[in-house]
Amino acid sequence: MKLKKSQKRVLVRIIVAAALLLLCHILIGGHSHFGENHGHVHLPDWAAALCYLVPYFIIGYDILWKAVRGIFHGQLFDENFLMAVATVGVLSIGLFPDQEPEYLEAVMVMLLYQTGELFQSIAVGKSRNAIASLMEICPDTANVERDGKVEEVFPDEVAVDDIIVVKPGEKVPLDGTVIEGASSLNTVALTGESNPRDVSVGDGVISGCINMNGVLRVRVEKEFGESTVSKILELVETSGDKKSKSEAYITRFARWYTPIVVCSAAALAILPPVIMGLIGGFESAPWSEWILRAINFLIISCPCALVISVPMSFFGGIGGASRHGILIKGSNYLEALAKAETVVFDKTGTLTKGNFKVTAIHPEKIDEQALLDLAATAESYSDHPISRSLKQAYAKEVDNSRVGEVREIAGHGIKAMIDGKQVCVGNRKFMRSIGAQWHECDAVGTVVHVAVDGEYEGHIIVSDEIKPDAEKGIAQLRKLGVKKTVMLTGDASATGRAIGERLGVDEVHSELLPEGKVKKLEELIAQKSPKGQVVYVGDGINDAPVLARGDIGIAMGALGSDAAIEAADVVLMDDKPSKVATAIRISRRTLSIVRQNIVFAIGVKVIVLVLSLLPFIGTLPPIVAIFADVGVMILAVLNAMRALYVPKK
Amino acid sequence: MKKVFKMEDLDCAHCAAKMEEGIKKIEGVTYASVSFMAQRLTVEADEDKFEEIIPQIIKVVKKVDSDCKVIIK
Repeated sequence: MKLKKSQKRVLVRIIVAAALLLLCHILIGGHSHFGENHGHVHLPDWAAALCYLVPYFIIGYDILWKAVRGIFHGQLFDENFLMAVATVGVLSIGLFPDQEPEYLEAVMVMLLYQTGELFQSIAVGKSRNAIASLMEICPDTANVERDGKVEEVFPDEVAVDDIIVVKPGEKVPLDGTVIEGASSLNTVALTGESNPRDVSVGDGVISGCINMNGVLRVRVEKEFGESTVSKILELVETSGDKKSKSEAYITRFARWYTPIVVCSAAALAILPPVIMGLIGGFESAPWSEWILRAINFLIISCPCALVISVPMSFFGGIGGASRHGILIKGSNYLEALAKAETVVFDKTGTLTKGNFKVTAIHPEKIDEQALLDLAATAESYSDHPISRSLKQAYAKEVDNSRVGEVREIAGHGIKAMIDGKQVCVGNRKFMRSIGAQWHECDAVGTVVHVAVDGEYEGHIIVSDEIKPDAEKGIAQLRKLGVKKTVMLTGDASATGRAIGERLGVDEVHSELLPEGKVKKLEELIAQKSPKGQVVYVGDGINDAPVLARGDIGIAMGALGSDAAIEAADVVLMDDKPSKVATAIRISRRTLSIVRQNIVFAIGVKVIVLVLSLLPFIGTLPPIVAIFADVGVMILAVLNAMRALYVPKK
Repeated sequence: MKKVFKMEDLDCAHCAAKMEEGIKKIEGVTYASVSFMAQRLTVEADEDKFEEIIPQIIKVVKKVDSDCKVIIK
């Protein structure tokens, strides 16, 4: 394990101080809660005290110094102050006539405290590194072709349309399209998916993937700052800015807890002895006993365990999720995901692959090829999946010179002037609105109707493939206790219902325009229970407003889609609907770790506080208090680190 | 305008919360967030006021934890 320089220094100080302390104890001996020890060397009290002060200052000088500085800066209740007061208190107990000096105890408290701090600092560093390892997706250099030669440059020096060469074993530095070569890409760092992705000429490649076997020549499509890698890194880095309610709660708790305990400690040290002194005479006042109790209070008043373990758990949860290709934009969303009550899916591109294929052509009078020609030409400017499938089926280059004015009518279709005729391509609503004599078709899939100059010319059936894990994903959600799964689609209700039934979703709402989806989502949000959350899952391409409206918006297949990354609260790097259940599972696990830590840390503190108050137990040695404090912190931190390691299931 | 600063040696979560509170109180700052785990400070304020605000931010940070550094680019 690699330690930072400052950590090493502390470690050395701990070892040296511990050794010196042991030496002092053996040679000089003295009184402690562990019993009497008569050392080999008999020293006068003041000399013994000086000997013990050596390890005390070695281990505690920085804390004492910070405590003094803190007082001048008005940081009265920080942990340095608490530890300084507590240890000085223990040391000064020896000044009371009825008490033996407890030097060993004082040095031990400081020693254990520093050990705990060191451990905590190592643990925090480790968690931070785990996120940094995600940063390893960041490419260092790019090989760009300039004037026929390949030059190695920084990725941010490469411009759009430059040609880069990616050799086997290298990371793809920028997003682009393959123009030569074929290879397999390892996307595990991005998506958590270990199956490599095969690419060849014409395929898009995404920065951050590792090229496994072939040399690729890639035409760059996005500058480095806009490429997938940069977006992901930015997203992960900013995730800490949005804090969860638990974090805010703990901060508030710490703000009140420490001063209250410190004031009670002061009261505890002064009031009971004064009262007893007034009753029984000053001589009998048990000052040292109550000061010891007050010191226990001080030691236990540090809320470190809580304050550190809660953000650490969230950070771990977000980090663990990112290893599965699930990017969560803030702890608040992680917290909200755990309460998912309704999960709403968009159909196309989310539950289905969105790779539409033309499965049937039903013309009225003209022949099949002519109908397809009209549809493909009209849709030539559109990038909608359906348009793409039409163009794919057409298989010829569309002659754009034939196309005049083109208008896209949202939720209806496309109106285009082709060879001087007005061609309308779209759904039946569109046909109805232009008054064409359309008719239904009983084939399953999306029906694309075509009309020329208001005359119905026939329809083309385009159908979509359901994603292989969609059904499993929905079933998992149900198993997790999600009350309702809903599918929204712009498709005709027969198609929507057929798909909904196959997938096992609870509700299907069909024939929705983009605005309709927002409205439907608002209805669903109105129906939920006060604490439940409505999650919307979409592909982020044409449903950004809906994504933004959900309590939590999840965009999937985000590799390469900036719009999705921006609009969503949670981003799934690959396009598997089953990852929604994984995300919810991770969030629940993280939250349960947070809850365990809160209950455990507060619980132990309360128990120790009560124990140190009870008169019949006698005074608790301060070492028990410091063990409770440091021990709880270590356990809570270890527990928090669990959040980082998400078990595969 | 929003600016993000990296921080170094931010070792206690409690301090991060205190810094956040302190920075929020600086005049001209409309929003501030210190992320303990990511060691990042996000500050929102008017662009032309940043010059006055940055030294105050450094002062607040130093006051809470003298070891912690804010990296000003």
